[in-house]
Amino acid sequence: MADYAGRLPVATPESQPYWDGLKEHKLMLPTCDPCGPFFYPRPFCPEPGCFSWDIDWTQASGKGKVHTFVISHQPIPPYNSEDNPPPYVIAVIELEEGPRMMSNLIIDDPYQTKVDMDVEIVFDDVTDEVTLPKFKPV
Amino acid sequence: MDQIRHKVAIVGAAETDDLGQLPHMSRLALHAQSARNALDDAGISLGDVDGLLCAGAIPNEVAEYLGIQPRYIDGTSVGGCSFMIHVRHAVAAIMAGYCDVALVTHGESGRSGVDAPRGGSASSPGGQYEAPFAIGGAPTTFSIPVLRHFHEYGTTKEHLAHIAAATRAWANLNPMAMMGSHRRAPERGGGPITPQDVLNSRMICYPFNLLDCCVVADGGGALVLVSEERAKDYAKDPVYVLGAGEAAAHWMVSQMRDHTTADGYRIAGEAAYKSAGLGPQDIDHCMFYDAFTFTPLMAAEDLGFVPKGEGGPFFAETRTGPDGEVIYKSGPGGDFPMNTNGGGLSYCHTGMYGMFAIIESVRQLRGECGDRQVPDVNVSMAHGPGGMFASAGTLILANA
Repeated sequence: MADYAGRLPVATPESQPYWDGLKEHKLMLPTCDPCGPFFYPRPFCPEPGCFSWDIDWTQASGKGKVHTFVISHQPIPPYNSEDNPPPYVIAVIELEEGPRMMSNLIIDDPYQTKVDMDVEIVFDDVTDEVTLPKFKPV
Repeated sequence: MDQIRHKVAIVGAAETDDLGQLPHMSRLALHAQSARNALDDAGISLGDVDGLLCAGAIPNEVAEYLGIQPRYIDGTSVGGCSFMIHVRHAVAAIMAGYCDVALVTHGESGRSGVDAPRGGSASSPGGQYEAPFAIGGAPTTFSIPVLRHFHEYGTTKEHLAHIAAATRAWANLNPMAMMGSHRRAPERGGGPITPQDVLNSRMICYPFNLLDCCVVADGGGALVLVSEERAKDYAKDPVYVLGAGEAAAHWMVSQMRDHTTADGYRIAGEAAYKSAGLGPQDIDHCMFYDAFTFTPLMAAEDLGFVPKGEGGPFFAETRTGPDGEVIYKSGPGGDFPMNTNGGGLSYCHTGMYGMFAIIESVRQLRGECGDRQVPDVNVSMAHGPGGMFASAGTLILANA
């Protein structure tokens, strides 16, 4: 895992709880009462007209749908080796709780991906420090 | 809102001497050469420039490089539509007396990478929430909204392929177009293409094949603007700014509110129409930023030329010409002339293409376009996105 080739995120103080949660295999979402969970992490609610700074973290179910996607044929790390070649799916996942996030769909044949298909989270421990939220068909 | 109408004019517009592969020129040299060419086009000397607007460079960098000390600067750099936004800001600056002669410059070593800054911070929102999923530049992100549009409205790859074929037909009439028959031999992919050729070309990032994607080039372009009172003092016929709009809708494409509608296009378009006092029915010619085939389809829908969801069939409509040739809806002879320079798809795309769209609008309005001149162009729209439908800029320009 030390030689992971893909690009790695670096947390900010505001997003640290999100990345810490993933490392524990929990999808934690910043949540406003009453607006609900949102993505991506900010210290305030981005819902138009709200702007509340009273934010808690709640655990999401990890279930969602493919909102839209592409099938990249580009050899972009980590999808650039014989073991892990392109094509691969980049998808926008709409979580059951409402927010949307970019991810990869783990699927044998990328061309079997469908808009609105049901998916669930897979915690990909790409390094000792970083876990990426990916998804697979249910 | 109509107070900007017809108050400021573009009096100079030009690209760099060449476009394509220019490894002998840096980013700032491309800014400078395009500035020289646009000033020559207007017949204005560099010493008269007192307003400077640019993207992909800090205004101070360009000012120092050129050896000028402008009293008005704007470094709005939000991607390809930055230059539409610069024109809008230059109109306001000239009307306010902040400057008299505004120079807008673009230079980008998009292919050769000579002083081309790249990448962002791994701690930025994009670095944390998009880059780790093997994003590989615009083909993997500008494509993100497309399949949602297909899903909701039945748009197809065949529809999009017609836009590429129509745009190539314009390129074949433009001696400057990189993929046109003047510059590129058929065995190297130049010259006419059919929608089937687009579908048969190499897959880059589904739903985009190679010929759904723009070219990648080095180049630059520049504009010179002055007040309407002074506009007739220069070498060429003035092109007046009738209306303009801009918007910032989101930044990361995953956070786009609705992947089938570019909110920024709507906001910018409405402001442009309102300030011009015109609507889509009044526009004779459209330059819709085409980084990919899907990009102008979204513009035609969100700027009101065709109802939402009907862009695919609209652009796929063809008829047969007198010599049996296929006439595409947006191609030469078609009734929706669009991207008449050959577009980002087939003419040139440096990374921030919007400048070239404006230059073509100016030339069509002046009647300078030779074989590709569209008859009776009096009002032209130049519109583009910045980022992945993230920001937007819209101009309505006219020759009277």
